[in-house]
Amino acid sequence: MASTVETRKHGGSLIDAHGITLRFGDRLILDNVDITVNRNEITTLIGLNGSGKTSLVRVLLGLTDCQAGKIWHRPDLRIGYAPQSVAIDPTLPLTVSRFLSLGQPISGVDLDELLDEVGAKAVKHDQMAVLSGGEISRVLLARALVGDPELLALDEPTSGVDVASQAALYDLIARIRDRRGCGVLLVSHDLHLVMAATQTVVCLNRHVCCTGHPEAVVNDPAFQNLFGVQISSAIALYRHHHDHRHDDAGRIVSLSSSTEPPAR
Amino acid sequence: MIEDFFGRAIVAGLGLAMFTGPLGCFLIWRRMAYFGAAVSHSALLGVALGLFIGVDPMIGAGTTCLAMAVLLAALDRRQLLPTDTLMGVVAHAALAIGLVVLASLHAVRVDLMAYLFGDILAVGAADIAAIFVTLAVAGIYLYWGWRPLLSATVHRDLATVEGAPVDASQFSLMVMVALVVAIGMKVVGILLIVSMLILPAAAARRLVSSPEQMVALATIIGVVSVLGGLYASASFDSPAGPSIVVVAAAIFAVMCILPRRDSA
Repeated sequence: MASTVETRKHGGSLIDAHGITLRFGDRLILDNVDITVNRNEITTLIGLNGSGKTSLVRVLLGLTDCQAGKIWHRPDLRIGYAPQSVAIDPTLPLTVSRFLSLGQPISGVDLDELLDEVGAKAVKHDQMAVLSGGEISRVLLARALVGDPELLALDEPTSGVDVASQAALYDLIARIRDRRGCGVLLVSHDLHLVMAATQTVVCLNRHVCCTGHPEAVVNDPAFQNLFGVQISSAIALYRHHHDHRHDDAGRIVSLSSSTEPPAR
Repeated sequence: MIEDFFGRAIVAGLGLAMFTGPLGCFLIWRRMAYFGAAVSHSALLGVALGLFIGVDPMIGAGTTCLAMAVLLAALDRRQLLPTDTLMGVVAHAALAIGLVVLASLHAVRVDLMAYLFGDILAVGAADIAAIFVTLAVAGIYLYWGWRPLLSATVHRDLATVEGAPVDASQFSLMVMVALVVAIGMKVVGILLIVSMLILPAAAARRLVSSPEQMVALATIIGVVSVLGGLYASASFDSPAGPSIVVVAAAIFAVMCILPRRDSA
């Protein structure tokens, strides 16, 4: 575990992180990021490729050590993690049910019921190496659910899934949240598909561009600058506070010109 | 009536095959074949160092291989070079250095061919004891650490988040690779030991549907290769170590022709 993962008394959130800063060599990956994941809520991290979404999840889970910042986990937080992909080497013979049994103890877990919950009952005895992208996503979701997690961390669960099935997968994640009452930290690059289900969107571009309710984020100039204005919003329910905007090169510009932009 | 030396050769070979079966599976699942080759090629340097300071060459080789394994893993993590390039550089550099150092030891006469290609017919009682003590320790470890080792092999991050001792598993594999080179040196030699790891495991793959089946079948194939190779050696006076590998390669070729079984 990362040295920055500490446990102390805190409110209703599952994970609370402040000032996360991560560098790989000279490259700044994450710049002073704050993020909170609450129980019973889906928090979606969106951003372009290279915006640090996956790195942030890795830091929050203790897989990568960050240079600065504080991460608080609810004491004894049970985390279910689904990485972006698993490339099981074809030389390794492994059935889906065996794969599920490799993580948290499965005594007391009904694998049939679990696979049914994620819509992957049919592949229980199939080899991992022959599954399609969509099947792998569902199996990874099932593995994350084995330990009855309080927090589900899902890194691009729809990568390798065709568009038609993506919406179904997000629906499934929302239903799992409803049924189990767990918090979900979801990484996605497509706000359209996750908007309906998510409570909080964190738009990341190394730093947090904007955050809030999905309708508000869609109308946010920082978001529109990043993703293009073709994303037309429904109704902005409320406006949230901006502390900066982006110029044409994507650089951070303070709203009050007297303040220096953050160092890169 | 089997001659004493031939009986010892069979026992030593079988002991080695029982170790290379399971370990070889992990090497190919983790795509560490080149890693095994790079480590084993450094054994000759260990032999030279062992002779120089007056310890058993087997101990010298095992220690050097372990140091090389740890060094290689550290270098590979920094990703200065693609893994296969790094392994290729290190393997041949280590072998060349070993040959030079060995040649510079004027005080000792060394049967170079015995180290490079094995001298199984010269195996003594102490060698057999070393092989079976090593085998017992590795067997106990593999039985006890099987699940985390397999889980870390399938997906390192997933295993880490789920609390498996991933680094310990990784290190234990390196120790086992070093041990198998040290004890396999006498049987098939430094240059051929990796084939005893890779060939039986690769040959087993097509007929199995679980990791345990693969380990069992790889072990059986290794045992058959040892018996077949020694029989060929006795019948046709062919060199024992290479004959064992030829039999393993022949089994691999036959397995490739058989139809593939992929489901449970």
